[in-house]
Amino acid sequence: MTTEVSREDNLPNEAEFGFWLYLMSDAILFGLIFATYVVMVNNTAGGPTGDDLFSLNNLTIQTVLLLTSTLTIALGHQAAVSKNAGSAIFWLVVTCVLGAGFLAFELRELNDMVAREAGPGRSGFLTSFFTLVGTHGLHVTAGLLWALTMIAQLAIKGPTPPVASRLLRLTLFWHFLDIVWIGVFSVIYLPGLMG
Amino acid sequence: MRMTDLGWLGRLGIEALPLYSWVAVGGALVTVGAGAAVLLGLTISRQWGNFWSGWVTSLDHKRIGVMYIVLALIMLIRGFVDAIMIRLQQAIALNSEGYLPPEHFDQIFSSHGTIMIFFMAMPFMTGLINIIVPLQIGARDVAFPLLNSISFWLTASGAGLVLISLVIGRFSTAGWTGYPPYSGVEFTPGVGVDYWIWAVIISGVGTTMSGINFIVTILRKRAPGMKLMLMPMFVWTALCSSILMVFAFPALTVVTAMLSLDRTFGFHFFTNDAGGEAMNYMNLFWIWGHPEVYILILPAFGIFSEVVSTFSSKRLFGYPSLVYATAVIAILSFTVWLHHFFTMGAGANVNAVFGIATMVIGVPTGVKVFDWLFTMFRGRIRFETPILWTLSFMVLFVIGGMTGVLLAIPPVNFTTHNTTFLVAHFHNMIIPGVLFGYLAGYMYWFPKVFGFRLERKWGVWSFWLWTIGFMLAFLPLYWTGLRGMPRRMETYANAEWQPFLVLTFVGACLILCGIICLALQLWASVSKRSQLVDTTGDPWDARTLEWMTSSPPPVYNFAALPVVSERDAFHVAKQNGTHLKLEFDDSDIHLPRNSMIGVILGGASFCIGFGMIWYMWWLALLGLSATIAVIILRSFREDTEYSVSSQQIAFDVAERQGAQ
Repeated sequence: MTTEVSREDNLPNEAEFGFWLYLMSDAILFGLIFATYVVMVNNTAGGPTGDDLFSLNNLTIQTVLLLTSTLTIALGHQAAVSKNAGSAIFWLVVTCVLGAGFLAFELRELNDMVAREAGPGRSGFLTSFFTLVGTHGLHVTAGLLWALTMIAQLAIKGPTPPVASRLLRLTLFWHFLDIVWIGVFSVIYLPGLMG
Repeated sequence: MRMTDLGWLGRLGIEALPLYSWVAVGGALVTVGAGAAVLLGLTISRQWGNFWSGWVTSLDHKRIGVMYIVLALIMLIRGFVDAIMIRLQQAIALNSEGYLPPEHFDQIFSSHGTIMIFFMAMPFMTGLINIIVPLQIGARDVAFPLLNSISFWLTASGAGLVLISLVIGRFSTAGWTGYPPYSGVEFTPGVGVDYWIWAVIISGVGTTMSGINFIVTILRKRAPGMKLMLMPMFVWTALCSSILMVFAFPALTVVTAMLSLDRTFGFHFFTNDAGGEAMNYMNLFWIWGHPEVYILILPAFGIFSEVVSTFSSKRLFGYPSLVYATAVIAILSFTVWLHHFFTMGAGANVNAVFGIATMVIGVPTGVKVFDWLFTMFRGRIRFETPILWTLSFMVLFVIGGMTGVLLAIPPVNFTTHNTTFLVAHFHNMIIPGVLFGYLAGYMYWFPKVFGFRLERKWGVWSFWLWTIGFMLAFLPLYWTGLRGMPRRMETYANAEWQPFLVLTFVGACLILCGIICLALQLWASVSKRSQLVDTTGDPWDARTLEWMTSSPPPVYNFAALPVVSERDAFHVAKQNGTHLKLEFDDSDIHLPRNSMIGVILGGASFCIGFGMIWYMWWLALLGLSATIAVIILRSFREDTEYSVSSQQIAFDVAERQGAQ
């Protein structure tokens, strides 16, 4: 028996490599929306600024929820790799709850802003704010649907190699959304709150 | 009109019919008639079953590639009809309205550009890469066959939206670039710009996925021993072009989605009021738009490289320099976008930087031209049709390149901005550079795909008509541009321009004859296919792996995978009178099963687009839900492959050898 590991074995499989490329493409998409936000942040057209609208409480809760979920999904993936379907499902359910909580707080914040006449049609600043936060939120929603699908697949098929590979890609996606959120946090909210 | 007050049909009503101009009615009737003729033909000849299982649901990269090219050729005809209508209008519209009302003329130049870039050039290129790259790298399929089918059907769905805009509603009048604030809802409230937006978004998503697919295919599925620097030049250019697709197309998706948010939901990205930034549109659009030029032309460069080498019976001169030049062009293509709007007023220093970057791109391109010339130098050139296109390209492309360097100088650009000089320049790059390359590829690889060559006579006629027609149609536009004629004029008062515009119309007529010759060539070749048949798999005495397998290749491409140890390994083996070493493997070959997911997602995305365009929210939601449901359900399936047994393969091989 040989213990030699060939170079091929260390490379990610084709689907995972393709998914990395997709993430790079998505990073460009977010990068451009960030750039647009930075260009338009002062175009408030006499309307409210970030200083007037953002709440530190909301931001803290959202951030804690999302950053915790990135830990729980990683635990879920590890459980699937070690063939423990039950534990993987548990951690994915926790991830979904945290992600849904994040979305709920985000929707509440956006709804409040619309109710205060500070919707996306108010100014260029709010247009770009809603688009950036909304695009991130839509990604989280897609990630939630994906996580629910993975829960079903773990329950039906168990932690087979294709399921584990899909779960790895979901984990990458989820971490990516966390990184984007840190960008949102630093580019949108921190300067807004520091005024 | 409040959007929530609309009924089931949204803003679709009887006034959507194109009764505003008899020309538009004629176009709509031709579109509907052609569609009906295809459906009728399939029904009468009882080909629906074959069409469905052999093409629509096929995941074979060669068949998907053929469908891409058929789509491209259909759209070439539609885009060309637009072109010759523009030329006819300008030839007669001195101090008169011509035969087209302004609103219709504006739709025509918008759809001409949109179709030629997104639905002619892009599918033609994607089709050629799809067919040839797996064969050239000795692979049995692309990395993601289902994704490939989805990409195709998304492209077809976008093309369908453009075609149907001629029958139901109108197309954009904002040009193929859709600049705001004119393209905003305040100045262009109808459905035209929305048709443009959704056609572009849907096909653009397909292209991004094609790019991912090709990168993984090229980097992970090469034959044993084929190192990167042993890849054929076309594979290199396809790789660089795919990298550009993955990194540039998000910009197009973002900018068109933002314009859609502005138009449909009252956002303020690009509006004049409430803090919009119209100039941001130009930046985002061209951050995609300039790499797009290289996405189109790099694979054409790859085709020219293959053709020059094969028909000069010589090894490609300066292969490493061509590889590095391709990579450098790919990188630099992201650094020049601002040269599309020097007049925006970014300031002299910014303009200077982008002007110099633009000129620098000319250097690697020049390297390539010299490499091709040196490949031909002292070669034994066989004047088959593919190299004729290549020769014409080299002459005309250098002229176009030099006018490009002129335009790269900001002060010159200020005087020629938005004139027909620019129109002449980019057609000079895209027709000889891109289209001639794809046509060369079409004639070069046709025998590989269908098992018989295209006959030469009509090909040569087509070549001369296209080349002379191109020169007549576009070189005069340099002159009118220098004499101050703006682009996109529906009518004009300067009599000095008219003789030149008549000349360009004559050129367009010659190109029409060139297109007819392409059709005649196809017709004549199909009728005489028994005389043109290729039994060897290598009709041109060529050099790369795709010629090693039979024509047409079996569904699994290669019975045994070739082992590559040098560049042009197939040619070297032929020279030595030996065969390439093969990697024998007794196991069965696994191939993807047919799948209707691609065509379903294409239909669903069409519903999303059509629903968003006409404010039929239920239809858009239905399309979106269907998309999500189909993707989730598919992810549960494991039996997505079938296998071809090794006995079957051995039988195929024996049968082919018997046939020779």
